[in-house]
Amino acid sequence: MSNETEMTSFAFTPENLELAKKIIAKYPAGRQQSAVMPLLDLAQRQVGWTSIAVIEAIAEMLEMAPIRVQEVVTFYTMYNQRPVGKFHVQVCTNICCLLRGSDGVGDTAKQVLGVEWGETTADGLFTLSEVECLGACVNAPMMQVNDDYYEDLTPDTTKAVLDALKRGDTPKVGPQNGRQFSAPEGGPTTLTELTFGTEKA
Amino acid sequence: MPKLTIDGREIEVEAGTTILQAAERLDPPIEIPRFCYHERLAVAGNCRMCLVEVEKMPKPVASCAMPVGEGMVVHTNNANVRKARQGVMEFLLINHPLDCPICDQGGECDLQDQAMNYGGDRGRYLEEKRSVEDKDYGPLIQTMMTRCIQCTRCIRFISEIAGTPVLGGLHRSEHLEVGRYVNAAVSSELSGNLIDLCPVGALTNKPASFTYRAWELKKTESVDAMDALGSAIRIDSRGNEVVRILPRVNDDINEEWLSDRSRFAVDGLKRQRLDRCYVRKDGKLVSASWSEAFAAIAEKAKGLAGSKIAAIAGDQTDCETMVALKDLMTSLGSANIDCRQDGAKLDGSVRASYLFNSTIAGIEEADALLIVGSNPRKEAPVLNARIRKRYLKGGFQAAMIGPKADLTFKADWLGDDAAILADIASGKHPFLQVLKSAARPAIILGQGALARADGAAILGLAKKIADEAGLVKDGWNGFNVLHTAAARVGGLDLGFLPGSGGLDTAGIVAAAGKGDVELVFLAGADEVEMAGLGKAFVVYMGSHGDAGAHRADVVLPSAAYTEKQATFVNMEGRAQRTTMAIFPPGEAKDDWKVVRALSDALGKPLAYDTVGQLRTRHPLFGQLGQLHPAAWGAFGAEGALEAKKLVSCIDNFYMTDPISRASKTMAECTASFGAGCGCNHHKKTGTHG
Repeated sequence: MSNETEMTSFAFTPENLELAKKIIAKYPAGRQQSAVMPLLDLAQRQVGWTSIAVIEAIAEMLEMAPIRVQEVVTFYTMYNQRPVGKFHVQVCTNICCLLRGSDGVGDTAKQVLGVEWGETTADGLFTLSEVECLGACVNAPMMQVNDDYYEDLTPDTTKAVLDALKRGDTPKVGPQNGRQFSAPEGGPTTLTELTFGTEKA
Repeated sequence: MPKLTIDGREIEVEAGTTILQAAERLDPPIEIPRFCYHERLAVAGNCRMCLVEVEKMPKPVASCAMPVGEGMVVHTNNANVRKARQGVMEFLLINHPLDCPICDQGGECDLQDQAMNYGGDRGRYLEEKRSVEDKDYGPLIQTMMTRCIQCTRCIRFISEIAGTPVLGGLHRSEHLEVGRYVNAAVSSELSGNLIDLCPVGALTNKPASFTYRAWELKKTESVDAMDALGSAIRIDSRGNEVVRILPRVNDDINEEWLSDRSRFAVDGLKRQRLDRCYVRKDGKLVSASWSEAFAAIAEKAKGLAGSKIAAIAGDQTDCETMVALKDLMTSLGSANIDCRQDGAKLDGSVRASYLFNSTIAGIEEADALLIVGSNPRKEAPVLNARIRKRYLKGGFQAAMIGPKADLTFKADWLGDDAAILADIASGKHPFLQVLKSAARPAIILGQGALARADGAAILGLAKKIADEAGLVKDGWNGFNVLHTAAARVGGLDLGFLPGSGGLDTAGIVAAAGKGDVELVFLAGADEVEMAGLGKAFVVYMGSHGDAGAHRADVVLPSAAYTEKQATFVNMEGRAQRTTMAIFPPGEAKDDWKVVRALSDALGKPLAYDTVGQLRTRHPLFGQLGQLHPAAWGAFGAEGALEAKKLVSCIDNFYMTDPISRASKTMAECTASFGAGCGCNHHKKTGTHG
């Protein structure tokens, strides 16, 4: 586990503490440890990453050994073990995205942001990560920025999305080539006419 | 009870038994290979080495995790099973380095042994092997994490048995590493057991690393004398040197665990040893022959009245020595003998008053426990693990009066004032009700509570609580005194206590300071207040150059517990005998033989020449390994309590006796772990400054 940036203490904000209590209350008494994952997520949303201070605070809250929390944190890659920028850009480079041109997406992102994989920009705005499959193969290549998916990317649209984020705009999420969700490119090819039941077309 | 067939042999076992356990219960047993399974740990089922074939099941099953079923037909060693295990072995060996020739586990390695049965003669894996960074587990455990096969035994031991969860599996799949929590040290008092549990060479004995090969060692089965538990040990020696000490299985005492001090203080057996006699001349100790040393003592003793002579026995003095020394003192006309160098207010009159009556295994049946003036985790870690085991079963309520400490099980801290004990005895404190309503209530009284001026009053209060709360009933005696000295119960049994008109330890020291006692024998007694002995002529007999030898006028070298066949009585009253693994160094001799020879020199020869004759002097020598319930009686006293905090009698777990004080390993442990409070995760309990 990286200890690059020290976070000496962590506490939930009053609102998040309320939320945390609600999450813990979902589980039967004595099974409060089951809340470890949502609580880590909540903490990560609050401070950006799951530091040792976060681990210890949650371990104490759930009456479990810190090592048990650390096991969870290191098991799941979605818990950031080091600080990330305001926008965590995760580019998928698995097979489907690779075949559909994720190299171009990655290179563009590196060029636009001026960082390599795993690095954070000097202004602390972006962190660029190379990740495994995010389950959006049908819209490959794609990248995830915080909670949003940007799909069907090309080098140009990648640059457009990142530039918009830089400017403080909110780019449209989802496919960037005008496609509707996972529908075929260029519009539907089947079921173009509505038919119901045995009714003849 | 399900009936099943294993390799054509029928067996009936209770429901819930696993196939692996059922196979072991056959006669003769079938041993199924395993790495992750351990009978004293939770089942993990992750190494897959124990695969067996069960008819009508589509795939081989892990027998350690599969409960038996009615009518199961199991094959543990057919072609399919062997093929499956060969596959598992091939996968295990993919990332395991082939460094057996330089691995300390070589020759006693489960993986090596199993690879002889299931390993291929060549590897098919041409890709790169993974390597794992070594971890810092402190001065006792050497890590070679690339060798780790992720059986998770160490994680389960440290969480379940030791109760200090600092190890875990970090990252996942190919990147999975067993590691320690960043802010914690592997400082459990039982951490050495991780080395035994590790089926490969990932965790090895750091102080002894690269100094031995397993097959070079002579293995001697013996009994531990580093604490009052009397754990079963195996002394591994080479030449005239103890290389390591391992636990043996003894379900009545230590199961198969051993505390770190008992295991790792071995290097203390080589350091600071007294290997010849010394006589003080012009203020300096100069080496002397046995006859010169004896002559010096005889000259001093000549014409000295018995009342001016005294003897104190130390914490590791064996029973034979105490018998001989007591006989010698009697023939010299002295009643000033004592085996309680800490001044504990215990006397030998009622045996039940100083024993761990519930027995060590019996503490697992207690359902309410009051701990007084003791930190069992430091004083007897293996016993503490038993209490934790009891706690984990549930339905167990514990409370402690004394040092506030993390005992690895839940115990309410009632305070550290002895007056609370009086409140419980009088029923003012609600814990009496807890004890009363328990089916098998117990109390543990530490030496920290007894070795005080009001020790007798505290003993009396404990007795009163025992009577009030029904601690002693049919088939159950929950009154327990926790000893820390291996010699103590033996000394009390043998009556190595002041005779009529005799002085106890404090009295001897005071009288020596005033000049009323002129000749003091210290038989391995190093915890006596040496500065208080004044101008007395001190004869120190012992194995190590510790406090006693520094003060002594004559030093007589004797054997440590690994170098003699000696009897010790453990705290539950079980007499056990050590075995001689190596010879004492230089001119050192068995302690009782030194006393016998000295008796000649003093002109009062003892009536026995062999240890066999000596052992007829007391019945306990003939009752090895036996336990006899002690009769309940009247003991303790009434008296005012001091306004003094109840503390544990041990400050530093790693250094309690001459051997561990001479040990470099124990000094390193003290430096890295502090005094062995071992608390990692409860950082706010306030017991660790």
